[in-house]
Amino acid sequence: MSAADLEIQLIAVAVAAACALPGVFLVLRRMALMSDAISHTVLLGIVLAFFVVEDITSPLLIGAAALTGVLTVAMVETVYRTGLVKQDASIGLVFPALFSVAVILISRFAGNVHLDTDAVLLGELAFAPFRRLTVGGTDWGPRALWLMGGILVLNVAAIVTFYKELKLTTFDPALAAALGFSPAVVHYSFMTLVSVTAVGAFDAVGSILVVALMIAPPAAAYLLTDRLPWLLGLSAALGSLAAVGGYWVARGLDASIAGCMAGMTGVVFLACFLFSPQRGLVALARRRARQRVEFAELMLAIHLLHHEGTPEADEENRESHLHRHLRWAPEFVGRVVRRAESDGLVVSDDGDRLRLTERGRSAAVKALTT
Amino acid sequence: MGPLLHDLLFDYTLRTVALGSAALGAVSGTLGAFAVLRRQSLLGDAISHAALPGIALAFLFTGSKATLVLVIGAALAGWVGTLLVMAVVNTTRVPEDSALGIVLSVFFGLGLVVLTFVQRRPTAAQAGLDKFLFGQAATLMMRDVAVIAALGSVTLVAVALFWKEFKLLSFDREFGASIGFPMRRIDILLTSLLVVAIVIGLQTVGVVLMSAMVVAPAAAARQWTDRLGLMVVLSAAFGALAGVVGALLSSTTRGVPTGPSIVLSVTALVAVSMTLAPRRGLVWNAVRHRRNRRRINTEAVLCDLYALAAQHDDPGHGHAIAVLRAMAGGRAGVQRTLEVLEQRGLARRVGSAGWALTTTGRREAVRILAERGTGR
Repeated sequence: MSAADLEIQLIAVAVAAACALPGVFLVLRRMALMSDAISHTVLLGIVLAFFVVEDITSPLLIGAAALTGVLTVAMVETVYRTGLVKQDASIGLVFPALFSVAVILISRFAGNVHLDTDAVLLGELAFAPFRRLTVGGTDWGPRALWLMGGILVLNVAAIVTFYKELKLTTFDPALAAALGFSPAVVHYSFMTLVSVTAVGAFDAVGSILVVALMIAPPAAAYLLTDRLPWLLGLSAALGSLAAVGGYWVARGLDASIAGCMAGMTGVVFLACFLFSPQRGLVALARRRARQRVEFAELMLAIHLLHHEGTPEADEENRESHLHRHLRWAPEFVGRVVRRAESDGLVVSDDGDRLRLTERGRSAAVKALTT
Repeated sequence: MGPLLHDLLFDYTLRTVALGSAALGAVSGTLGAFAVLRRQSLLGDAISHAALPGIALAFLFTGSKATLVLVIGAALAGWVGTLLVMAVVNTTRVPEDSALGIVLSVFFGLGLVVLTFVQRRPTAAQAGLDKFLFGQAATLMMRDVAVIAALGSVTLVAVALFWKEFKLLSFDREFGASIGFPMRRIDILLTSLLVVAIVIGLQTVGVVLMSAMVVAPAAAARQWTDRLGLMVVLSAAFGALAGVVGALLSSTTRGVPTGPSIVLSVTALVAVSMTLAPRRGLVWNAVRHRRNRRRINTEAVLCDLYALAAQHDDPGHGHAIAVLRAMAGGRAGVQRTLEVLEQRGLARRVGSAGWALTTTGRREAVRILAERGTGR
């Protein structure tokens, strides 16, 4: 592993963690696609600022981009507030328009500078180590690492400081307003944070990966835990995992780094979607199957109780006859009876005639009377 | 304008571009109307991004750049993406917008990965795939237009055939289910048609901006009417118009990609519609708002004068404007309101600074108070 490898991975982890933290609140507040909108429209801010300062490395570009991100949020809100379109349509109207202006400006007036739209969408992490931060002739490492490290620290500090406010406005905006926290102030401050993060990450990895890293890891973590602190930690960890994993996949395939990282966040989400212990599809299917058998055990106990001590008990309460009386498939009958025996609800003297145990009887009575 | 019109009719390239863009605009406008009404505006964004790996894979496997091949690849990938969104939303607590965002970014990322493989092919034939990012109408051929028109016609016919079902789905899904319609299957059918509408536009508008062609014509059309039929027709017309205008601007101006050009044209349509549309537009609303406020102010002063007269033996006694101002809560413009009332013959001046109701004014005040149910 070369120094460049290590630096790229460090940048990737910083980007992933910095994106995942505000991403958690975007997912919880159902504003995930705001990240899509912002990560596209910041391009307009960069282009306009570039026309003013004519220097692609100027820090002013980042400031202008972050401002455009916040303006995008405000415009979406304004269009939505007219009451003429729904919120989703408002997002879908505002950001393509702003992005279109940026693309046209670039291809008409800035075609020959390093501001091409492919680089914007895709980013080029592979080149990040070549852009160094030098102070007084000393090499301090890649600029992107300092930038994203700084944004990560800013995000952690902001979330720790305003944890209570963010939590309250996210989960109970009405209560937050009643207690005197202005939802608008929290909203716009938070969206400024998102915007700054998107701009920094966009510079390093391109807009599509910003969206992937902001949404997929928090959504995956959302399937694993119900606690907000865990959600934040897990999101950052899953995002970093996807970023580093994606980097090595890209190295192995010699393919687009941003593309592989975005794909990897998808793999991480898919893994949680399928295998989350509580909410994964596999766990859901197993729980359903178990509930089906448990319910059937109870039905069996009730059936036995119903005919217990009656003349037809000998006919009804036989394992070999149950499939007719309960309309179950014969192999399902076998499974349920074995399960009920091992749970101590029924016993069988001759392997066919079934009898309720004391426990089985009380379970059936309880089910019937509650 | 004259020469442009001439070129439009007789220049082969321009005519092809205009025809293709009009067709895709009409189709995406039609399906977009349903998407916007069902609050699925951003589904189009996810579908168009999700189509990218399909396009790249179709090219990688077949080596063909034929529009039909790429469109089939795009449609399959877009369809898989949509079904994944539905699966995630239906089985987990992940919100729909997050599911859309994940599918959008992950599929697009995978598309980029496949594109790097495409670029490594010695033939370097990938040059044609770049246009799928931002669209390039100038490369449209007559046979592309034929594919667009054929697929577009199929979707339009399907919309016409299932009109009643789609209407039901958009406005009252539960009612539809309760009278025995298979709403789930209808949902999948309508969404599949949306996928087709989106992928036929990718070559012209591009993956990144195609979603605007779904949202914007419908959002513009929505302002002009409350009827679904008219809205769909208007939306299709707006889409076609924006497609033609945008494609022509792009073809005749150097360095303007087609996608952004079409998107800005359709956004202009939305802005005009939201501003000027009768009954819903911003101008209409502002005028109505002002008229209402003026009417309420006038009625308030009239009723105040009536209340004062009721406390006085002489109904013709003039009341000072300062009293009326105090009764209006210190609001400005009482003087102006009184002048309006005087013009309408409801109030008259008494002496130098007094005001009283005329007989008509008294009758009018009684009518208003009775209408409000608080007849004093």
